[in-house]
Amino acid sequence: MNDTAHAIATDGDGFVLHPEDRQAIEHEREHYEQPQAACIEALKIVQRRHGWVPDAAIPAIAAVLGIGAASVEGVATFYSLIFRQPVGRHVILICDSSSCFLTDYEALRDAFSVELGIGFGETTPDDRFTLLPVCCLGACDRGPALMIDDDTYGPVSPDDVADLLEGYP
Amino acid sequence: MTASRAAHRYRCQLHQSAAERRAETHPLTWRLREDGAMIGLDEYLDKDGYAAVRQVLGQRSAADVIATMKEANVRGRGGAGFSAGLKWSLTLQGGDLPRGYLVCNADEMEPGTFKDRLLLEQQPHLLIEGMILGGYANNSRFGYIFLRGEYIEAAQALSRALDEARAAGWLGSDIAGSGFDFDIALHTGAGRYICGEETALISSLEGKRANPRAKPPFPGQSGAWGKPTVVNNVETLCNVPAVLRHGVEWYQGLSGGLSNDGGTKLYGVSGKVNRPGLWELPIGTSGRELLDRAGGMREGRALKTWLPGGGSTGFLLPEHLELALDFDTIGKQGSRLGTGLLAVVNEDQSVVSLARNLEEFFARESCGWCTPCRDGLPWTVKILRALEHGEGEQGDIELLEELADDLGPGKTFCAHAPGAAMPLESALRYFREEFERGVTHPRGAAHADPIPVGEV
Repeated sequence: MNDTAHAIATDGDGFVLHPEDRQAIEHEREHYEQPQAACIEALKIVQRRHGWVPDAAIPAIAAVLGIGAASVEGVATFYSLIFRQPVGRHVILICDSSSCFLTDYEALRDAFSVELGIGFGETTPDDRFTLLPVCCLGACDRGPALMIDDDTYGPVSPDDVADLLEGYP
Repeated sequence: MTASRAAHRYRCQLHQSAAERRAETHPLTWRLREDGAMIGLDEYLDKDGYAAVRQVLGQRSAADVIATMKEANVRGRGGAGFSAGLKWSLTLQGGDLPRGYLVCNADEMEPGTFKDRLLLEQQPHLLIEGMILGGYANNSRFGYIFLRGEYIEAAQALSRALDEARAAGWLGSDIAGSGFDFDIALHTGAGRYICGEETALISSLEGKRANPRAKPPFPGQSGAWGKPTVVNNVETLCNVPAVLRHGVEWYQGLSGGLSNDGGTKLYGVSGKVNRPGLWELPIGTSGRELLDRAGGMREGRALKTWLPGGGSTGFLLPEHLELALDFDTIGKQGSRLGTGLLAVVNEDQSVVSLARNLEEFFARESCGWCTPCRDGLPWTVKILRALEHGEGEQGDIELLEELADDLGPGKTFCAHAPGAAMPLESALRYFREEFERGVTHPRGAAHADPIPVGEV
């Protein structure tokens, strides 16, 4: 997905920040006293385009922010919604916190595993879905709850799983 | 969208009809629409919106505003219950001091908590108004809303509301002709529960790993980029306009003698009840009333135990449902009010399994900075898993009690581990026999080899 027509030299092997992303990151910087503050959003901007944040993106982001690559790497490895490996076309986040646990989260988790043939942290062989646990989604009155991409669902029962996934080709 | 997707889409809803909610008694929710749609600027203005800003900015001094907030004693609704007015009074301002920041903690991630979501998605202008007033009182140069990344609809609502407010002059320079300049940026997160801890939030806002910081200095002395910073919860800030508009006596009167504290609380119930959800009620309402409004336990199961306000509060028993749900009463009973949303546990639920689930959460969410939390929490998980599977060893329960004590207040770098220790300690105290049933081996490996590597 690199746009070689707008190549911007970076330290990363062949990873080139898309000019729109570079612009978006530079714009984010304006909201803060120090450019480092735009680091997390910069990672999210790159992830929105590429689906994940490859190692080679780290020095590219660091260059735009004018900070060390190690600082960016430290942030990229801390935040659970920044993905450091390729993910499927759709990311499923299943809430495994106490209120969903109390409303049969484990049965739902198992239903997803059976339907997709994968466990947490894995991606389906056809690259369609990645399955991950997530902290309390703040949908506790409709547990068990989950997100697929930007959509929040709850309550979801094991019988609903196949139908729900149909909406995400 | 397929039928299934639409049917299961999560929608945040209040269980009180518009008829039940009045401006004099429901400051947080009286404006909310039955259809749950966001209240835009025009509708907000029609419903007495930004009236407090007009009344206060340039008319009353910052010191006067702080004094009123102190007297009203709005207890922090993020869970700590620390008086917002007192926090504001401790913010450094004036003279040669640099102006700092007013930060809204919208990183709602406490297990069992879903109240700020309602306010953010449906009534963002109330938060903005509260932040303008907070910024004015604290002489802040700028405001941030630190919103958890997963709250997609809230981000959309807040972005729209900020644009509306700015276009109409409620944000920017010389607000309402007062000479006060203030604007707010929306900052979204990327996961991790610890970002909700105010000093970790500041670290995250600065674009760093969300490690907490030692206090003192408190954020009011040195916070974001070293400037005086006030961090308040969404619900706390949403209380500010009404307090300043209607006064301390009115606010104190809202609890109607149920509590020494004033105001209302956005309460909630989750778990296997018939009607889980949210209600705005006088602070000091009892758990019994909440459970009744939630339609009681599903399928007539008996209540075994309950958490008053999040995964970091202590378990309570059915007899404690009669208590007033306020900070001091629940504190005296050995638990914490926390966020005030009840999680209800029925007789079919193993407390050992629930404790394991809670400690897995806390262990995973440790920022890793200090040894007792980083290494102690996974240790409790290892032991709890063993007990859950009937593979516990003699001495495991005593070891868990010791760990809960070692992770207590003052013994770790921040309040994360003490939050993890509270449900564990109370589960052991009230349901020891359940844990004892899991002990089947003599003392052995769990005590010699405590640290599981890479398991959690």
